Amino acid sequence: MAEFLSLHDAVARYVQDGATVAMEGFTHLIPFAAGHEVIRQKKRDLTLIRMTPDIIYDQLIGAGCAKKVIFSWGGNPGVGSLHRLRDAVEKGWPHKIEILEHSHAAMACAFEAGAAGLPLAVFRGYIGSELPSVNDQIKFIECPFTGERLAAVPSVRPDVSIVHAQRADRQGNVLVEGIVGVQKEAVLAAKHSIVTVEEIVDDLKAHPNACVIPSWAISAVAVAEKGALPSYTHGYYGRSNRFYKEWDVIARDRDTFTQWLDDNVYRAEENA
Amino acid sequence: MSLEYTASEMMSVTAARALENGTTCFVGIGLPSEAANLARLTHAPDVVLIYESGTLQTKPDILPLSIGDGELCESALTTVAVPEMFRYWLQGGKVNVGFLGTAQIDRFANLNTTLIGDYKAPKVRLPGGGGAPEIATNAGEVFITLKHSKRAFVKDVDFVTTLGFGRDGKGRDNVPNIGKGPTRVITDLCVMKPDPETKELMVVSLHPGVTREEVMDATGWEVRFADQLESTPEPSEKELEILRELKARTERAHTGE
Repeated sequence: MAEFLSLHDAVARYVQDGATVAMEGFTHLIPFAAGHEVIRQKKRDLTLIRMTPDIIYDQLIGAGCAKKVIFSWGGNPGVGSLHRLRDAVEKGWPHKIEILEHSHAAMACAFEAGAAGLPLAVFRGYIGSELPSVNDQIKFIECPFTGERLAAVPSVRPDVSIVHAQRADRQGNVLVEGIVGVQKEAVLAAKHSIVTVEEIVDDLKAHPNACVIPSWAISAVAVAEKGALPSYTHGYYGRSNRFYKEWDVIARDRDTFTQWLDDNVYRAEENA
Repeated sequence: MSLEYTASEMMSVTAARALENGTTCFVGIGLPSEAANLARLTHAPDVVLIYESGTLQTKPDILPLSIGDGELCESALTTVAVPEMFRYWLQGGKVNVGFLGTAQIDRFANLNTTLIGDYKAPKVRLPGGGGAPEIATNAGEVFITLKHSKRAFVKDVDFVTTLGFGRDGKGRDNVPNIGKGPTRVITDLCVMKPDPETKELMVVSLHPGVTREEVMDATGWEVRFADQLESTPEPSEKELEILRELKARTERAHTGE
């Protein structure tokens, strides 16, 4: 059964220095509140996995939490570059990070394979792409039945996955609605999982085929109201496209970024 | 009567017209999304638009800023998980056209969205592959739209993120279960198609008022022109009106919260 913890305690218990962490949410339901908690607790040497690093990993990278980033599309959606990711890759600030890049299809399949308890994902991909020449985790295998050459990547098996969702019931069962991304797969693929939710309700009111993650498949549930902002929570609040555009200016410069981090992440704790 | 329109509008309208009604299209964000929705709002009301965030048959009223905007989900027939999107719908062969943008494209229509310079010491780090590598090979065919410039249209891309026809034009030969690849490239100056034999992109249609010299000046290789070079039809008043309304609605929505 999932344990109800404060976000602080959930992160303190399950996110260790050096851990492999997947914070998922495909543009929607990005667990920003949890990401900020990881930054506040000054976790270090994390291997961060996410299909789209988005602003959340830009912040974690700039704050010095990342050792390695595994991703498939590293931009600010609809806006441009992730400047902190670029600064780390191109100039080594605040320190050098390793990157391992895939395609979306590869990572989606790798999360699914992780949830399925398999060591690898097999799919028809990377044909003619030069990504296999820079990522030694991309291999090709021959189908034993047809002889077709198919791509293979290792499954994703994080130490801890963190996702955000609309709500949990009092037993800790979680309902995810809207663009569900790879959240369920991320939770099931991980050794431990933290789910932050907008609210706790008596009844999830889920229809029979809804995306529900049972309490006994989750380590901890923590309430984090507006926990996905500036991303959004379907049915609760919209995406702050304005902030995504503002981030381009904030993150472009090391000083403005550091100031933003002080004002909005480190000092937010004192105000909480 | 001659209408006033910009080169960007010419590009969007031409790209939109490439999509036939009833086509199932896997849509990239940005220019492809603008063109695909213009098609849906004009000549192709039954075009099926799919975005990699899992939204199937979506009909957004405003253009999404990100691939996973709420508008896409709310206006979709249904929304599936991302692994299902890539495995069942794309890899399963349900997509007729993949509509992509890119940072760099070369003469064999290979796409680079990874980086400029050397991989180990990049001059400019770009976002990466995203859905494109598998969209380009698993969709029935691929349309590409981007603005024409010498920085974008290069002889050889710095990195092949996404296969067009490979570094030698033969990248799809004898590969089983692969789509036709890029069948047209729509820019703000012209339309290009691959040569049926060599697969090198050549100009098949010039937009009104655009000269061969302008295209040559904006292309990083000695670009060829088709013997039967056509003139791209101008946008209609209705297409321009719908495109401008769509962009104005989008702008209003994105500058608010």
